[in-house]
Amino acid sequence: MSVEATVALRRGTLDLAVDLQVGDGEVVAVLGPNGAGKSTLLRVLAGLLRPDAGRVTVDGAAWDDGAAHVPAHRRPLGVVFQDALLFPHLTVADNVAFGLRTRGIRRPAARATAGAWLARVGLDGLGGRRPGELSGGQAQRAALARALVGDPAVLLLDEPLTALDARTRLIVRAELRRHLAEFEGSTVLVTHDPVDAMALADRVVVVEHGRVAQAGTPAEVNSRPRTDYVARLAGLSLLSGVGEGRSIRLDAGGVVAVAEEASGPVFAAVRPESVALYLSRPDGSPRNVWPARLVGATPHGATVRCELAGAVPLVADVTATAFAELGLAPGSDVWATVKASEVAVYAR
Amino acid sequence: MGRDLLIRVTPPAVERSAARSRGRPRSEPGIPAPLLFPAVLGVLFLVLPLIGLVIRAPWSAIGPALAEPQVGQALRLSLVSATLATLVSVVLGVPIAWVLARSTARGRTLLRALVTVPLVLPPVVGGVALFLVLGRQGIVGRWLNESFGVTIPFTTAAVVIAETFVAMPFLVISVEGALRAADARFEDVAATLGADRWTTFRRVTLPLVGATITFAGNFPGTTQTMPLAVYLALQRDPEAAIVLSLVLLAVSLATLLLLRGRWLGRTAP
Repeated sequence: MSVEATVALRRGTLDLAVDLQVGDGEVVAVLGPNGAGKSTLLRVLAGLLRPDAGRVTVDGAAWDDGAAHVPAHRRPLGVVFQDALLFPHLTVADNVAFGLRTRGIRRPAARATAGAWLARVGLDGLGGRRPGELSGGQAQRAALARALVGDPAVLLLDEPLTALDARTRLIVRAELRRHLAEFEGSTVLVTHDPVDAMALADRVVVVEHGRVAQAGTPAEVNSRPRTDYVARLAGLSLLSGVGEGRSIRLDAGGVVAVAEEASGPVFAAVRPESVALYLSRPDGSPRNVWPARLVGATPHGATVRCELAGAVPLVADVTATAFAELGLAPGSDVWATVKASEVAVYAR
Repeated sequence: MGRDLLIRVTPPAVERSAARSRGRPRSEPGIPAPLLFPAVLGVLFLVLPLIGLVIRAPWSAIGPALAEPQVGQALRLSLVSATLATLVSVVLGVPIAWVLARSTARGRTLLRALVTVPLVLPPVVGGVALFLVLGRQGIVGRWLNESFGVTIPFTTAAVVIAETFVAMPFLVISVEGALRAADARFEDVAATLGADRWTTFRRVTLPLVGATITFAGNFPGTTQTMPLAVYLALQRDPEAAIVLSLVLLAVSLATLLLLRGRWLGRTAP
């Protein structure tokens, strides 16, 4: 384990208490809504903020440990912030060389290394420009080069793609993925975008209200959400209840038939595309048939995402054509069906 | 930064107002009368004395008046003292501004109030206060006199001290404002790149607020170069005083228009 952190900190309404481990060469995404304490955690790891209590050790060396505190400028790390934050009074090359110069490397050597890194991130020949003359994507690439140039033990990325437009984000994300694969140190990526987390991270730690709500591989988190926030990100309906053999009695009332035996407190997750809607009660094979009321509908590509209220609250995706032919509108009473085998069940 | 904003904001606004006025052309930008009248009155009040100065100036005698050796001497003394005062203000004032803007030490509010008092103090009170400290019988002045045989009053040093006393608060306030307006996140970035606070100050903070320091440091220096000369001249030759005042006016105006416009883009038209 390269980075081991136990951080406790209170600041205003934020009450942060989080454990985080990141191995060598591993990329851990800290995913969470705004105000969850993600960026505060990152500032603590960077040494810009002292935790009230806890321990941060990197490769066995204590960076934060009660009274001991290694200030930011003595930590071998690189940080990429959301807005690139290239120094406006320096050229791009001098920005990249900055971390080498502060660590005592002579100007010619620093220039040469900076130039090599600029070439590596695809900014060959742009070293003489001012940061203001770069596009958003170029600035973020330069910021990445600046963070990596000193060969840090830890790389911290704070919403590195958020400020970019959709098309640039796609390109820079792919490049970032390549650089992270080559990086031998530990990476912590803070983001509120599940796509960034899924695409870039080996492991995802979901932080809500200052606590770790869920942790696991992107696939685990995506298919087995444990909080409503994660379920929404993954696009699933999350139901919680108690397993009683082949059925689950939901905490909110309602019963869900499932394919395999379940017992004790469980979650049931339903994908929106596995929910079918009918105007009258259908007779058929699906074991789950519930009455529901349509409370919301949002176009979602070629489908319409329908929010259903009732004993079993669900989200259903139906094609726009079907939505029109059924004459659906918010307030409509419908019947919803789901095959028992389409319900994912896992322990709470 | 501000100038960029202006440029970016202006075109749509212009288009919009152009589109609006296509039907019925508007001749005036439209300042409401209750604002326009006092504004014009205020400008007259501020500008008339300057116009008076220009009208009463003995234009034919300007050359000889400026060439008088005593005037030249006074000008030179003023120039030297103002330059020194500027240097002292920058060297001592910038660190004060940094402490006020960046440190979290307690008592900053009190410190800010104390440091900026000379701005609102009547000059005479400031003079008396300085004299009580540095005069031959003053708290520091007596010690200086007895220990080193140094006397301050009526020397160039006294002029430099008095000018610093007036100029430094202006510099501290301007630079503190600039430091607060500067994005502190750049300093965080510098820290994560291995720069300690002093290196960060030198390599990041100072360049970012350098323009303000140049202006805030130069402006009082320039404008205070000549008052002394004016004062000295007024006692001997009122006409020379008017001439010098004119020079002062020209220099001040040039400073305001050029320096402020060039280095503090945000206030430029």
